[in-house]
Amino acid sequence: MTEQPYIEFRKVSKVFGSLTVVDHLDLTINKGEFVSLLGPSGSGKTTLLMMLAGFEDPTAGDILLGGSVLNRTPPYKRNMGVVFQNYALFPHLSVAENIAFPLKRRGVAKAEIAERVNRVLEMVQLPDQSEKLPSQLSGGQQQRVALARTLVFEPNVVLMDEPLGALDKNLREQMQYDIRRLHRDLGLTIVFVTHDQSEALTMSDRIAVFNHGKIEQIGTPQDIYDRPNTHFVAEFIGETNLIPVKYREGDHSRCSVTTKTGKDLEVTSPVTLFRGTEVLLSLRPEHIELGDSAEGLENAMPARISDVVYQGDHLRADIEVDGTKLVARLGRHLPPHDPGDEVFIGFRPQNARVILP
Amino acid sequence: MTARLGPHLKASALVLPLVLFLALFFVWPIIAMLKQSVSDPVVHNTLSQTSAIAAQWNGKAPVPAALQDALVADIRATTDRQEMGAVVRRLNSAKSGFRTLMRKTRRAIRKTDGPINLGEVDKRWNEVAWWHTIAQASSPYTDRYLLAALDYGRDKHNQIVALPEDASANRTILARTFVISLSVMLSCLAIGLPFAMVIASTSGWLRNVLLAAVLLPLWTSLLVRTTAWFIILQNNGLINSALQALGITDQPIPLIFERTGVIIAMTHVLLPFMVLPIYSVLLSMPGNLMQAASSLGAHPIVAFLKVMLPLSARGIASGSLLVFMSSIGYYITPALIGGPSDQMISSVIAFYATESANWGMAGALGLVLLSITLLLYVVYGRLSAEKKGVA
Amino acid sequence: MKKWALLASVLALGAMSSASQARDLTITSWGGSYQTAQQDIYFKPFSEKVGKPVLDESWDGGYGVLQAKVKAGAPNWDAVQVEAEELALGCDDGIFEMIDWDKMGGEDAFMPAAVSDCGVGTIVWSLALAYDGSKLSDGPKNWADFWDVKKFPGKRALRKGAKYTLEFALLADGVPADELYDVLSTPEGIDRAFAKLDELKPDLVWWESGAQPLQFLASGEVAMAASYNGRITSINKTEGKNFKIVWPGSIYAVDSWVILKDAENKELAQDFIAFASQPENMAKLPEYIAYGLTNKEASSMVPDEYKADVPTTPENLEEALSLNIDFWIDNSEALNQRFNAWLAQ
Ligand SMILES: Nc1ncnc2c1ncn2[C@@H]1O[C@H](COP(=O)(O)OP(=O)(O)OP(=O)(O)O)[C@@H](O)[C@H]1O
Ligand SMILES: [Mg+2]
Repeated sequence: MTEQPYIEFRKVSKVFGSLTVVDHLDLTINKGEFVSLLGPSGSGKTTLLMMLAGFEDPTAGDILLGGSVLNRTPPYKRNMGVVFQNYALFPHLSVAENIAFPLKRRGVAKAEIAERVNRVLEMVQLPDQSEKLPSQLSGGQQQRVALARTLVFEPNVVLMDEPLGALDKNLREQMQYDIRRLHRDLGLTIVFVTHDQSEALTMSDRIAVFNHGKIEQIGTPQDIYDRPNTHFVAEFIGETNLIPVKYREGDHSRCSVTTKTGKDLEVTSPVTLFRGTEVLLSLRPEHIELGDSAEGLENAMPARISDVVYQGDHLRADIEVDGTKLVARLGRHLPPHDPGDEVFIGFRPQNARVILP
Repeated sequence: MTARLGPHLKASALVLPLVLFLALFFVWPIIAMLKQSVSDPVVHNTLSQTSAIAAQWNGKAPVPAALQDALVADIRATTDRQEMGAVVRRLNSAKSGFRTLMRKTRRAIRKTDGPINLGEVDKRWNEVAWWHTIAQASSPYTDRYLLAALDYGRDKHNQIVALPEDASANRTILARTFVISLSVMLSCLAIGLPFAMVIASTSGWLRNVLLAAVLLPLWTSLLVRTTAWFIILQNNGLINSALQALGITDQPIPLIFERTGVIIAMTHVLLPFMVLPIYSVLLSMPGNLMQAASSLGAHPIVAFLKVMLPLSARGIASGSLLVFMSSIGYYITPALIGGPSDQMISSVIAFYATESANWGMAGALGLVLLSITLLLYVVYGRLSAEKKGVA
Repeated sequence: MKKWALLASVLALGAMSSASQARDLTITSWGGSYQTAQQDIYFKPFSEKVGKPVLDESWDGGYGVLQAKVKAGAPNWDAVQVEAEELALGCDDGIFEMIDWDKMGGEDAFMPAAVSDCGVGTIVWSLALAYDGSKLSDGPKNWADFWDVKKFPGKRALRKGAKYTLEFALLADGVPADELYDVLSTPEGIDRAFAKLDELKPDLVWWESGAQPLQFLASGEVAMAASYNGRITSINKTEGKNFKIVWPGSIYAVDSWVILKDAENKELAQDFIAFASQPENMAKLPEYIAYGLTNKEASSMVPDEYKADVPTTPENLEEALSLNIDFWIDNSEALNQRFNAWLAQ
């Protein structure tokens, strides 16, 4: 895409006292894009969001919106909708009044306010609750009111800081679906903070993985999941097996590595390295295939099953290969294996990825 | 049955000390005050024959001989000096001069066992006005204290009339009490509300320091604080010296013995009662409501008016009520720092209680104060209930 | 066995502590430098003489305070020094014990104003016009000067209450001392006094405790004050002040010792009053504080050097007047009520 970025962070840093919370960070977000900020607690996600909303000033660097620097614009002029983790509904105002609040601030006519409030309440499926106070609503309902209050004034960007953190699993999934639908229908630009990786994976166009105030990797969910570039991303997103190996040779992405026991494996690598460099091989549990013989398996290796656990929709097996313990995720339809069974495992080269330790 | 009663009984037993405490130290004193302010038993009980005859008397001269004889008999029959002292006090308080009159009369009666012509003992006994006073005092209940508390009295035809303006100023003082309390409340609000907001928005050691700054005055005695203000406010005190040194004024501004000084000192003393309720309400409020408002497009001032202010309303209301109610009862601070036209109703009550031992009057004023306060409280309750209904 | 011994000793201790709970003789006076002097010449020596502790407290007057204590039963004060009006009221009301005059050395040993059924006069004190001689070299001479704010600018302090204030107002208005109470006994006279007070009202500051007028004078808050004469002399002595007393127009009265009715230590209190009334003890007072003495023999023992400051010295008495107690016990309540109303206007 040649589109000009809508939001742009240029070498943005934020320092609290002696603590650098955001560190020379670059990030661009396109119009209509759904970007998740994912990372461990304290990695600077909220701080970044607060800087974008204007509640915090960057210590260094610039934030741009539509090409112009935002740094000095006060929050109430930024036209950005923020959905807070605790919803931040005004407890003394009814649902309708809460939602009307941003419209009143913009001097919208009374009749239009009423109409828009009703429309957005329909949209979040709360048409009959408009006269209630926030305290009379359930958590999920409050969440939707907060969302409605943000959407009603059609902000440039919607910023959400772990908006679903307080909801139970069913409600969270329902809301994830709703937010995605609204994003799609209204063409919203959304920056979404979460530390729930499955939430990030299911909802986002792109995910930025944060660590220590820096972005470790940014990309589509598939990129991030299937092609983690760093040890941190590989470990943080999903579950993975990390096998220490030595780089042997390769060109472009395809290459071969050597295990401790001297077996050569065909894998992919984002970079070309010197022969003998010690690297890690990241192999997702669901990419491990099982067979009674080496036949039909790529990168086949003899292995022994040490445990199998039934997990409902799949089986989880602990497998030992040359003294290295691996975890595999197996389909339920596979013939049953018992601990102690001698088997073969294998994986496709495109599913195993070299990362630097 | 017993199993269900048990916990109930235990629960009641737990609140029993509180109930007893309230009954003993709150309800009972109020009832005693109420009784004190309307009961007037001394003349009725001690001069019982006199009272009985006075009740029949039409009030016209000449004074019936039977009434005179009854008085002599009553005085003779009363050996308890404290009892007779109370009678004299009661009569003298209604009409000045009874004290020397009764002293003379008692001395004369003590000298002889025979009949006595009171008119010869003191010619005042020939005047009907003195007997009217006894007659008016002979009922065991009276409204004179309550009337006097509101600047009313009864004339010689027993009609309720307003007392002359220079004889009684209770209404003026009551009104002033409320004006001063209101001013103190408003100035506490003007200082306390922003201060509470500042405290609520800080954290860590800064918050502790600010909180301590409010609380510290609570830990020093009222008298010490008031005396300190006296020193600060006087003509060559801290404030005036500073103003003069800075060349802002060349004459000391009168602060001491003035209303301004009273309000300053009372505001200082009562500030914690305004700050703490507002602060606690603000604390219970999510911290990012102001951010939310501004992200929704509200200018900080609008956000303050539309969000912060309505939300602190509960704290403001209870803080204001606390400050107002406490200032109504203030006594030491106006007495030491104020001038004579800044004295509040408590000092009048104290005058009747400690100076002139007129408990009836003290009780009646207390009762008037209590009733007005309760009335205000009810009005406040109505108003805040209505507000809630609208919201 | 041991248990019982323990129990017994606990009980014994309890008995001892409850015995020692008996209140010590408690004497209440007016505080300040006067009470400090009393401690030296009366309280401590008496305590040593009888071998029992003596407690002392101070108060600021108020008949209601005494009445409330007696009415409540078991008052926590024994001997109290009261003003003449409180003595008369309390004696009428029977809230004081009768004085055993034989113990006191007979009624004839005292000046007549000091003798009453319920009290023994102990000092003669004056409320007098006082000013700071270091600030006013040519000071006021009488109450008319006190009212003259043109000649002597600045605020004035008076004792809060109708008593004394009305007298001073009439004196300032030119009423001769010997007609004062006759004038004050008429409604016109009272109106006249209040009218005179109206003139000075904006410049008046009211004090309630005896230390206040001295503070006001010292800080320059007021130019003149009505003050207790004894305190003036003491502060001149102790703090090197040059406060002056204007004797003409001063009003003197007798303060007396009384014993609250049914006080726990009433017998000991009689002994104490007798001790404090002995000429050789009483005669020590003027050295500390300039009050006149009620015991005739004690008066004659006062060294000449102290006489100039004492209200009972003939020169000081010349134009001074005596407080009319009978007038005040009759009219105190009504006039104070009016005074308070006037203040509040
Ligand atoms: N106002 C502040 N003053 C000082 N330090 C702060 C402030 N705000 C945040 N921090 C620190 O900055 C770091 C990053 O905070 P931030 O809230 O951005 O983390 P986060 O990624 O949102 O974490 P979480 O997932 O727990 O919400 C934390 O160590 C935090 O303690
Ligand atoms: Mg966060």
